[in-house]
Amino acid sequence: MSDFTSGFWSWFIFLVVLASFALIFWLIRWTAKGKPSKTADGEVETMGHVWDENLEELNNPLPRWWLTMFYITLVFGAVYLVLYPGLGSFKGVLNWSQTNQYDHEINQANETYGPVYNKYLNEDVTALINDADALKIGARLYSTYCTTCHGSDARGVRGFPNLRDNDWLHGGSSENIKKTILNGRQGMMPAWEEILGNDGVFQVTEYVRSLSGREVDSVVAYQGKQMFDKNCVVCHGADGKGNQALGAPNLTDNIWLYGGTQKQIFQSIAAGRNGIMPAHKEFLGEAKVHLLATYIYGLSVDENLHK
Amino acid sequence: MFMQESETTYNYKVVRQFAIMTIIWGIVGMAVGVLIAAQLAWPVLNFDIPWLTFSRLRPLHTNAVIFAFGGSALFATSYYIVQRTCHARLCDDRFAAFTFWGWQLVIVAAVITLPLGYTSSKEYAELEWPIDVLITVIWVVYAYVFFGTIARRKVKHIYVANWFFGAYIITVALLHVFNSMAIPVSFMKSYSMYAGVQDAMVQWWYGHNAVGFFLTAAFLGMMYYFVPKQAERPIYSYRLSVVHFWALIFVYIWAGPHHLHYTALPDWTQSLGMVMSLILLAPSWGGMINGLMTLSGAWQKLRTDPVLRFLIVSLSFYGMSTFEGPMMSIKTVNALSHYTDWTIGHVHSGALGWVAFITIGSMYYLIPRLYGRAIYSVKLIDAHFWISTVGIVLYITAMWVSGIMQGLMWRAIHPDGTLIYSFVESVQAMHPFYIIRTVGGAFFLLGMLIMAYNLWKTIAGAKPVTATIPVPAMAH
Repeated sequence: MSDFTSGFWSWFIFLVVLASFALIFWLIRWTAKGKPSKTADGEVETMGHVWDENLEELNNPLPRWWLTMFYITLVFGAVYLVLYPGLGSFKGVLNWSQTNQYDHEINQANETYGPVYNKYLNEDVTALINDADALKIGARLYSTYCTTCHGSDARGVRGFPNLRDNDWLHGGSSENIKKTILNGRQGMMPAWEEILGNDGVFQVTEYVRSLSGREVDSVVAYQGKQMFDKNCVVCHGADGKGNQALGAPNLTDNIWLYGGTQKQIFQSIAAGRNGIMPAHKEFLGEAKVHLLATYIYGLSVDENLHK
Repeated sequence: MFMQESETTYNYKVVRQFAIMTIIWGIVGMAVGVLIAAQLAWPVLNFDIPWLTFSRLRPLHTNAVIFAFGGSALFATSYYIVQRTCHARLCDDRFAAFTFWGWQLVIVAAVITLPLGYTSSKEYAELEWPIDVLITVIWVVYAYVFFGTIARRKVKHIYVANWFFGAYIITVALLHVFNSMAIPVSFMKSYSMYAGVQDAMVQWWYGHNAVGFFLTAAFLGMMYYFVPKQAERPIYSYRLSVVHFWALIFVYIWAGPHHLHYTALPDWTQSLGMVMSLILLAPSWGGMINGLMTLSGAWQKLRTDPVLRFLIVSLSFYGMSTFEGPMMSIKTVNALSHYTDWTIGHVHSGALGWVAFITIGSMYYLIPRLYGRAIYSVKLIDAHFWISTVGIVLYITAMWVSGIMQGLMWRAIHPDGTLIYSFVESVQAMHPFYIIRTVGGAFFLLGMLIMAYNLWKTIAGAKPVTATIPVPAMAH
């Protein structure tokens, strides 16, 4: 797409720039002309104006080095505008553009580094976790692209899942992990306050807390269970153990993505939650995602070994 | 238009008011600066209180130091200089008083609204539209008072300092009005008239010329009066004044696009911004040379006169910043320096080294004269000079090191093409430099407190001076 709505503006810029260079050049030539008048004893004379009792001006010549520097910058500018875009829609002799430069650098990087990643693509993630080099690259990619949300130690933070605890919202198989990174996920918990009312939400909260073995008022929890069975089991299951196909969390394991206090659970039910894992397929390409999946799958295996 | 108090004396009242507020707002603005510098080093200092967070105090800091401290200094010195060099009283005392109270009102409005989170989100132009309208009114009145005074001058030639003040007043009016154009949706909320990259371009056309005209041209006006006065030497070269004035104001207006290198801004705009920024080097240095060479034959005064030292060192920092700026505008350099602390270092070598130092030197000259007293302690000026110089050096070297380190860390890659450092590692590496920067800023603030004490001791109990307008000296 052209940067100009019409040829007029291109010419306008062209001529204004040219005129500006000419004007600056003329200004320098004009002021550099002539020598200052000197007094009888060889001192430079003042301009003859006096302000505020003693403010006066000499009229020394422009320093030679300064003039030279001025000319050099003008010449550099002129040459630059011949080589690079600047004079309206004139593209410059080198035909450079930042889009070209970007494409060129990306192509070069893909050529250089593409094979480094692609060579792992045909190996299965479950096997690759024993490949130290693959894990190293995976770890580096992780620290560039994933730490902002999941943390440098991959233990997450409230709202962003811990990747080391072997508790998976969308499944922990190597395929599922890779799919999560490639296509992204959305974890949507609807808001229930309008439907269940404040008391209802509180009762369900108490029931949910009882699922992970907390001390609750059994009468309140019982009332909550009635509502849970009617509304919540579709996703979280009759036993509250969740459903990885839907991304519905297990409510019995005492692992809480949005916090496990009474207040936090109440908030999750009342107002709902909406967690988004962005898709990385377009952004990183499958080869890099494959290595990321390797690293993350490796973390959970690692964690199992230490249990 | 209105009755004047007296046509035979200068209006020093408004100069005194602005001069005193310069010191007060300087301390306030720099104190907020030290706090937010400390917040970057120790985030706990945000205290989890919304209006104390970095995000809201940062625009308060920039507005306070640029427009409250710098602005008050420019009002004070331009009103003083235009009167003294025109041998005429300000053309309208009531309008002058209006600019003082109006400007203070703007500042107070900024101090209240910015921490509350009201912002147009345009850098250095964060104030919302009702305050923008007020600024415009004050600025028009300012222009009337300034040019009205020029019009009643008793000397034929207009002194060079007034060229710079005149250019600054006219250009800042244009910049402010065009950049602040917005559609109000409620009393304290508006949306910019411009969209996308055009908004960005207008913003940095404004932003860079706020530097060029508010923080450079106007302070050069200050320089052109106080340096020859304090050195008691004539200006070095009239023709240098002419060429660098016209070149400076003409070329500066093109330089804005260098803030938007490698963005959605079209290539041709970026190139012109870069080329003109480089051409700006010589016009900028013209001012430095004219100031420094004014001292030729009087260099020994630097040894004994700390006020002159403030003025001259400010010119050195001016020269350094205006060399660094064009270099940073070169695309390949900018690719490293952009978005790093290097920019912050560059800004502060200009802001502390040039703007604050020339202001401090000018105020040490001006304020005692406004009260007819000699300065309370020259030793304290000397102490102020050294403490703040150390502060600047700590500040800018910390930011240089931190900035270049950031730039290099962000582009360092492993042989497999992955980044060597994650972003948070570069943040971690910056930490010690953030502490050094905070210490440097604290030094500078300490210097301002010493200045305030010294000036307080100077003027306490003094009677304001009423200065009679002298008859212009005859040309010889």
